[in-house]
Amino acid sequence: MNISIDDIQKEIIEDFSILDEWDDKYAYIIECGKKLKPLPQEYKNEEHLVRGCQSQVWLHAEHKDGLVYFYAESDAIIVKGLISLLIKVLSGHKAEDIVKSDLYFIDKIGMQSHLSMTRSNGLASMLKTMKVKALLFLEQEKAN
Amino acid sequence: MGTTTQTLEHNLDLAAIRRQFPILNQQVNDKPLVYFDNAATTQKPLVVIDALKNYYQKDNANIHRGIHTLAERATADFEKTRDTVKEFIGAVHREEIIFTKGTTEGINLVAQTWGRANLKEGDEILVSGMEHHSNMVPWQMIAQEKKAKVIIIPINDAGELLMDEYEKLLNSRTKLVAVVHASNALGSINPVKHIIQQAHRHGAVVLIDGAQSTSHLDIAVSDWNADFFVFSGHKVYGPTGVGVLYGKRELLESMPPYQGGGEMIGEVRYDGFTWNELPYKFEAGTPNIADVIALKAALDFISVLGKQNIRSYENTLLQYAYTKLESLEGIRFIGTAKEKVSILSFVFNDIHHQDLGIILDKEGIAIRTGHHCTQPLMGRLCITGTSRASFAVYNTIEEIDRLEAGLKKAIKLFR
Ligand SMILES: Cc1ncc(COP(=O)(O)O)c(C=O)c1O
Repeated sequence: MNISIDDIQKEIIEDFSILDEWDDKYAYIIECGKKLKPLPQEYKNEEHLVRGCQSQVWLHAEHKDGLVYFYAESDAIIVKGLISLLIKVLSGHKAEDIVKSDLYFIDKIGMQSHLSMTRSNGLASMLKTMKVKALLFLEQEKAN
Repeated sequence: MGTTTQTLEHNLDLAAIRRQFPILNQQVNDKPLVYFDNAATTQKPLVVIDALKNYYQKDNANIHRGIHTLAERATADFEKTRDTVKEFIGAVHREEIIFTKGTTEGINLVAQTWGRANLKEGDEILVSGMEHHSNMVPWQMIAQEKKAKVIIIPINDAGELLMDEYEKLLNSRTKLVAVVHASNALGSINPVKHIIQQAHRHGAVVLIDGAQSTSHLDIAVSDWNADFFVFSGHKVYGPTGVGVLYGKRELLESMPPYQGGGEMIGEVRYDGFTWNELPYKFEAGTPNIADVIALKAALDFISVLGKQNIRSYENTLLQYAYTKLESLEGIRFIGTAKEKVSILSFVFNDIHHQDLGIILDKEGIAIRTGHHCTQPLMGRLCITGTSRASFAVYNTIEEIDRLEAGLKKAIKLFR
């Protein structure tokens, strides 16, 4: 059995709890961004683009053996780092669990401002798109 | 503030100026605020804030229609702003000054009234390759409706208009030329007087977008022979929600009204109406009285300091910023026209502008990042956006040092 969405969030919060200064937190996120696997070129197209105002985000989702997998990339590194955290938390879980998930870790690690509507970086639409994709997979599951 | 600034050559009392802007005196993310987003909107001096407060506390009344004392007072103050604007932009007649919500509304007004009445199939509208979406989309809209064409005056890589190309584009089908006086994304200053002269030779009318120039440069609509000139109050130390459209009297008189309602009518019957005279014909409904009145305080604030003084000081800031930031590894300045207002746009090939903006904000420094509502221009320059620091009269040399330090910190984080 996979480690749950909840447990992964707790792990991330734990990791962040030792980072006091904002620059350390951002350095950590930037590091995550740098480590995120590049999205295959075939997915970097209009169809996979998540509309954000300033940075571009591409998202690809797959449904395999009852689990949902996310792959994504952005041209901005902080967003990319935040995306990698979202993927770490959500990818590889059941569609149902993703749809139901409450991503409280973003707030707990002090990154909630990146999710607000006033930050025009597409992260909020990214998260919404992830959930919508999971929801679509869930409906497919039910239809089958 | 301002120990090193005292050594600069200018005639401004910076400490006194900064006291006029209480908003500057605050901490953002535990750092003293550095506000370098002035091209988006300037902060407001106390004289403007007081004018607003004073109006609502003492004079509030609807204008032009009342016979009581408050209405007379409010009307007189409202109309005083019209006279001040007239002087400020060098117009001849007070009725050539129309109050709007801002630059965007002024341009839309001209497109929807003058454009609808005068454009026909095959006509050409020339706009420059560095226009703000506000001076592009309204023309595309009316052109689509009238089957007219919007044609782009090209620019060079430095962000200067190619004047030879411009002259070649002008012909008998050219009905209107709409050009920005100073570019919000690049800072380039365009030779508006020359542009107007050339256009008039072909019988075209010219609209100048003064959103970014009015707080920095001398404006002389009558001397330039401009047909239309627009600007926004909020970019000249004035309130949001108020702007000005200047139009030549003959043109405004020949144009149909924009919106219908109170104020703009002469007489109304069940079977029709007549128009009011200028400028009221274009000011339907209760106007933005308080903000119009406070706009006068903003323009007076600029006039007291003196445009020449402001320009020379802001230019010192711009040149200082260039020399400071030049040494940052990998920086590329976008917009290197010979004539510029105090707008500094730059990119790093390996750092996204949004990332820079986030880190600078953490350092208490407000800049703008993105395409600056000039997507076609960004495409022309093969970039997706820039980081932009834009300076106003209350900014200081120390603040530019803070910007340099902030950028160094960001670079260290990202590389
Ligand atoms: C050159 C230019 N034109 C037009 C506008 C639009 O002004 P407003 O939003 O005040 O109508 C702006 C504002 O950013 C601008 O910089």
